[in-house]
Amino acid sequence: MAGPATDSGSSAESTYRSARIPLLVPTWVMIGVFLVLPVALMAVYSFLTKEMRGGVIWEFSLAAYDQFFVNRGLFGDEPASLEWTYINVFARSIAQAGIATVLCLLIGFPTAWFIATRPPETRGVWLFLITVPYWVNLLIRTVSLRFLIRENGPLNDALMGAGVISQPLALINTDFAVQLGLFYSYLPFMVLPVYAAVERYNFTWSEAAADLYASRWVVLREIVLPIVKPGIIAGCLLVFIPSLGAFLAPNLLGGAKSFMIGSLIDEQFKKSLGNWPFGAAVSMILMSLVLILLLLYARSTARQERP
Amino acid sequence: MTNAVEIRTVTKVFGTFTALHGVSLSIQDNEFFTLLGPSGCGKTTLLRMMAGFEEVTQGEILLFGQNIAALEPNQRPVNTVFQQYALFPHMSVIDNVAFGLKMKGWPLEKRRIRAGEMLEMVHLSDFANRAPAQLSGGQQQRVALARALAPQPKVLLLDEPLSALDLKLRQAMRMELKQLQSETGITFIFVTHDQEEALTMSNRIAVMSAGHVQQIGTPRDIYESPNNRFVADFIGETNLIEVEVEAVADGQAQVVLPGGHRITTSSAARDKGRHHLSIRPERVTLGSPGVGLQAVVEQVIYLGTDLQVLVRLEGGTAMQVRLQNAARITVPSPGDAVGLHLEEGAARLLSD
Repeated sequence: MAGPATDSGSSAESTYRSARIPLLVPTWVMIGVFLVLPVALMAVYSFLTKEMRGGVIWEFSLAAYDQFFVNRGLFGDEPASLEWTYINVFARSIAQAGIATVLCLLIGFPTAWFIATRPPETRGVWLFLITVPYWVNLLIRTVSLRFLIRENGPLNDALMGAGVISQPLALINTDFAVQLGLFYSYLPFMVLPVYAAVERYNFTWSEAAADLYASRWVVLREIVLPIVKPGIIAGCLLVFIPSLGAFLAPNLLGGAKSFMIGSLIDEQFKKSLGNWPFGAAVSMILMSLVLILLLLYARSTARQERP
Repeated sequence: MTNAVEIRTVTKVFGTFTALHGVSLSIQDNEFFTLLGPSGCGKTTLLRMMAGFEEVTQGEILLFGQNIAALEPNQRPVNTVFQQYALFPHMSVIDNVAFGLKMKGWPLEKRRIRAGEMLEMVHLSDFANRAPAQLSGGQQQRVALARALAPQPKVLLLDEPLSALDLKLRQAMRMELKQLQSETGITFIFVTHDQEEALTMSNRIAVMSAGHVQQIGTPRDIYESPNNRFVADFIGETNLIEVEVEAVADGQAQVVLPGGHRITTSSAARDKGRHHLSIRPERVTLGSPGVGLQAVVEQVIYLGTDLQVLVRLEGGTAMQVRLQNAARITVPSPGDAVGLHLEEGAARLLSD
């Protein structure tokens, strides 16, 4: 005779198993519709032939990648060499995004620290204030920034009124303006994860380190930074990745020389001269680059964690 | 000889709250000294001021004769064992123990060896490469101890280090701490609210309450000759009985109990009038009625090792008596008339 306990046990397990599949459906749908499908679509489009007024012809072609990497001269009749135009756009974008990340860290870390060390009942107010600007659309905010720093805008007026400068500063349409835009747009993405990490930090650790003869600077370097590192990494990724693909700040604040990857992709889909397969190919290359960087990071931390 | 620590009329004010009111005490070198008191009495504040985590509002703290007010925590030759251990979560056990040595500039090889010795001392050699989170509470506590002792501080500060452990472990750690102190010869300053801990480990105890030191003395002094009601009541169990003092001289007093019975007792009080008498329940024996203090048994509570007998004295005062649960005793029953005999040192007249 089979024991009743065994019976009910196995039936409970099979019930659990059969219930698992329908419960997973929403996740699969989410991942499929919002992740796999768009990326797959983009991958496919990057290998199609362009239609002259936007759109694609369903015919396999490597033209998009060829345009990105290979230079055959203005009329296509010279020997093939490496095309630097787009690689330079990438390099400049990486530099811009890198600087924006460092700036956000330099300002965001002390800000997060400040909020996390307030009494618990006032922390919520500070976090709320950080998010308030985000109730306004990013486009509007970027345009406002353009207005603020233009030649006869409020910033230059104020500086000239105060006698700090005699000529208006040419801020608009410079790399500086793009940098300001990126910094302003993505600062909260640094503050929030760093705040979450610092909030969990136990300040007795700092006391223990100071008690064991560590100076303030050493406490920061040896104790605080390693412990809150996951928050800093998360913040850096959340600033760096969208900055790399940003197009509003370079389009609205930068000049012709401040062209970034985001603007390049944007152009391919927006204008009648656009090239959908090329835009898709640039997106694929950008995504691969980000993935490679993430994998390198993951491998370096995995190596560190081995004893 | 200079004292290890000298606290001179130290006051600490937090905003509008005064945590310490002009506290003075001296701690000798190689002493196991305990600051004992209920939460909020200022004992942890005093310890944190010695470590340098809190500034002294008024007064001074001397360490081996040197005023340490101007020194940052990292410049003071004292180390702390924290209540919640505060082990660095991103470092292995051995790196935690070696941290203070690293900060003092010891070379890698030397500090590895010394940290290894410290781990051996606390019986955790096998756990050197573990992360702190992989250890039990008791093990983490021992790592914290090894970490604080590794740089050979002149004074070790312990902030309720056993309070997070369960009872059995706490008792075992008491013995270990006491032994470590005598082996290393380092002055231990131990903060606790647990009177049993204080009595079993300390050379001397300072009993604190509401920002004042109530009494300083050996465990025996504190327990057997409490000065005031707070100390008598906080340390162990006692009967506090209001009495009339007839005569007092040279630390001895003649008092009248509520029932009219007169006894002579050691005294912390210096004047006549109404004072409180402390009578330790285990120093009282029950005899036949007619001899000693007359009382009636009201209740007998069985406690295993002891029996707690609640009696009412002539004159209506309630008292408790502790009898050891030995084979020779006769267990009284409620309603029995008994005569109480106060043993030598059972009673002490308090100053308030």
